[in-house]
This record gives sequence, C-alpha cells and structure tokens, in this order.
Amino acid sequence: MSLETRPLPVIDNWNRPFFEAAKQGRLIVQKCTDTGQCFFPPAPVSPFTGRPHWEWIQASGKGELWSFVVFYQSYFDGMKDELPYPVGMVKLEEGPFMLTNLWDMSPDDAVIGMKLSVRFPGGPDGLVLPQFGPEE
Amino acid sequence: MRDKVAFAGIGTTRYGSFPETDSYGLGCEALNIALDDCGLKPSDIDGLIVSRIPSYERFAEIMGINPQYCLLTETAGRFSGVSMALAANALYSGAAKYVALVYGNNGRSVRMRYGGGDSQWSPWGMTSPGAIHAMMWRRHMHEFGTTHADLGPVATAFRHHACLNPDAVMHGRPISLLDHDRSRPICEPLQLLDYCLINDGAVAWIMTTAERAKDLKRPPVLLSGYARQDNFTYRTSPPDDFWYPSLSATRSVYDRAGIGRDDIQGLGIYDNFSPTVLFSLEGLGFCKQGESGDFVRDGTLQLGTGRWPTNTSGGHLSDSYMQGWGIIAECVRQLRDDCGDRQIPNAQAMQYICATNIAQSAILRRAA
Repeated sequence: MSLETRPLPVIDNWNRPFFEAAKQGRLIVQKCTDTGQCFFPPAPVSPFTGRPHWEWIQASGKGELWSFVVFYQSYFDGMKDELPYPVGMVKLEEGPFMLTNLWDMSPDDAVIGMKLSVRFPGGPDGLVLPQFGPEE
Repeated sequence: MRDKVAFAGIGTTRYGSFPETDSYGLGCEALNIALDDCGLKPSDIDGLIVSRIPSYERFAEIMGINPQYCLLTETAGRFSGVSMALAANALYSGAAKYVALVYGNNGRSVRMRYGGGDSQWSPWGMTSPGAIHAMMWRRHMHEFGTTHADLGPVATAFRHHACLNPDAVMHGRPISLLDHDRSRPICEPLQLLDYCLINDGAVAWIMTTAERAKDLKRPPVLLSGYARQDNFTYRTSPPDDFWYPSLSATRSVYDRAGIGRDDIQGLGIYDNFSPTVLFSLEGLGFCKQGESGDFVRDGTLQLGTGRWPTNTSGGHLSDSYMQGWGIIAECVRQLRDDCGDRQIPNAQAMQYICATNIAQSAILRRAA
C-alpha cells in the first residue's frame, strides 16, 4: 500500500479541521446543535436546518460496513500499485456515511454489516487519510 | 399541460468516433436532420436549448439562429429530461413557438474520462459514476438477495435490440448471458457489460405546441405527462435508498398524462449502468422493490418476448451514449412507426424513466 502517493484532498475552509484532526489521530464530524444530528462532509451550515449552528465533535471511530466496491480500473497514477483496491461506504455510529478504504483485511473477507473501526496509518504530503478495518 | 406540447422533428447523427469534427459540427448535423424531418428552417427557430456543446452563443452563431429563448443546460444526462420540461414550459407559456434542443458529444474522440480528478473522495480512490452505481448495487444485493446475474437480462436484451438497429454502435455484435458474466471487472460488483458506451454523436429534437405540430411534415408525438422529484441528500456519496422514494414520487406521471401503465407499450430507461434499469422498474412500481431481478429474468425487456420492450435502439449500453437524448428520440420514433425491424407493434404510448438524484418520468403518446 502506498498512502503517500494517494491523490491529495481538496482542502477548503470547512474540511480543514477534519484533516488537521486526522493528523492527530482523531476522527471529527460536525454536529448540528439544534437537532443533535451529525453530518459529513464538512459544510458551512447544518443540512437539517440550513443554519450555521454546529460544532465539531470527536466521533467514536466505529461504524458498520454499508457497502463496498473493488476498483480494477486505474483512475489515479498514485494508486496503480494498489489495484485492485477496495473502497468501503461506512455508516458511522454518529449517523453520517464516510467513504474510505478497508484496512488490515482483504476485500474477500468484507461482509456488509460488519463492525469496523478507524485507523490513521498515513497519507500524502504529511496528511492522514482515515482508514477502516475490523473493529479493534 | 397534458398533450399541449409535441415533438415535431427528430435528428440523430451517426454514432462512433469522429475526430474530424466536434460537438458543434455534430450538433449542426443533428439539427439539420431534425429541421428537414419537420420541414422547418433555422430562421423558424425562436427557442434554443443546447446541452454538452460548450457555448450556446457560438452554436446559435454557427447555425444563424437568433431566438427569444435560449439556454445551455448541464452536461449530466439527467438534463435531457430537464431540458425537455424546460422547452415544454417555454412553449406552453408562449415564450417560444419552435424550440430546437441540441445535444452534441465528442467524448470518444477527445478521450473523455469519467473518473479521476479531484473530488471529495479521490484520496480514497473513490471516483467515477460507475463506482457509485457499483456501491448501490452491492447494497441492493445485500438487502434483497439480488445477484450480478440479475443484470444479465438487461444487458443482453439491449444488445439484442442493437443488433436489430443498423445505426447502433454494437450492431452485429451479439452477447450472451455468459459473456455478461465473464466480462472483465471494472469496479466490482460491476463489469464491462454493465457499463454504457462512450462514443461521439449528436441528437436534436424540435418541439412545438401540439397545435402547431399538426401543420408540420411528420405525425406529432405528444408529451402527455412529466414528473420529477429531486433528492440531493447524498450528493457527495452514493445514495442509500436507490432513489426509490423519489422515483416512487414520479409515479404521478400516470395521473398527469391520463394514461395508465396498461396503456403503455414500451419503455425508455436511462441506462448509464445496468442497475439503474432495475432501480427504475422498482421505483415506478413495475415490480416490488427487490424483485426486479425476477421481473426481467425471462426476457421481459426484450422485443418479441417480453411485455415491456425497453431501449429498443440498444440504449446507452449498446446503441449510443447520448445521455437520454437518444432514448427519448427512440420513444418518439416508436410512436411514429419509424423503427423497422425493432418496431413495437401498435405502439401508442411510451414511458421514459431516469433514475438519478433528479428522478424523472415522462409519458409520450401518438396524437390521435
């Protein structure tokens, strides 16, 4: 695996805290302070109210595998040596979905509904891309 | 707006790889065919909707059209139906009398890639419309017990139709269920024969009021009803509901058209990837949710064997990737008996369905 050669994220004013937290080994999501519901990807307002009433919270880092795919087609030069690679759609305990890779496991062992937890093994350019593997 | 607006002219180019021209050249070719089809001249056109061709100004300049209503719509395929509805509104309100809608695509010759580039999920390697549909299909298999083999009858029915259509890119190249099963994986669980084509071509429609259409060359095909429901909740990740609630909401198309399902002879379903056909059939209530695999298994979508001949040109999978524009053109042709070997006998009404975050359905019928 070569997380160092992964495509760089597009960092903006809303997701910058997420990537800063990931460097410190923390998974954070936004929580709507009016409804108590969490949302991701990061946004200027809560999608539940349209208002800028939210706070960052640290997520438990746990979730379940909602679905997954395995890429055979190459779309990114920096990921050629990872082909075929899995992408999982994880439903976090806090509610939002996150797209991520399956870590410490083979896609052959992936089962929808299985419990997963987050890891922070690295990423490109000093960044860290959260990965999910069997619950620890 | 039931039956107030009509398709008066249809034009489609050849489909393939044409590096000697571009989307403007192809668009002009399609529009000229459509103008000849209905007997109008560019100077008769007072409404213009252009899609996937980069500039509406340049296109209008090239064709010598100076309309009173003009716009460019997004390149996503869901905008074929949206464009049709915009034209219908413009005609119904009197903003224009004859609207030309022109779609041109030279994705093949410019080696267009659907995937890669920067996006929310690119650092995790998640990219491409195909992967989004693969994610949805894996979940569908889990929730309902469907299998990859359930997609086979979709791919083979449309290829069968392409083999009846001399203009289809895949004409003369039949496939079997085994070919579908063994095609190479692109983004599992989807394989090559679950993916649409990428080719150059263009489509043009001339729409006008039902009244005006009566005076033109060809028998008018009426837009009887149109329904749409958007859901942008999961815009940055695959939807978790197969667009089922929003597709279900578009069942209002039957009431709007005053035409029930039993009075429809064939379907045009937006097939960027084979699973969207099954999502469409479930969402519009042709079968129960989760049962679309059983529903299509015995050739239900195939001409000659099934009750619901679908994408009789071959669709995006096997005719041409004209992003809904060609599928709607095929519905019009069916209703004019223009389809030769692939004609649906006694076609009186056709239904178009598009399963995307802008879920849509339309019913077209022959004018009495």
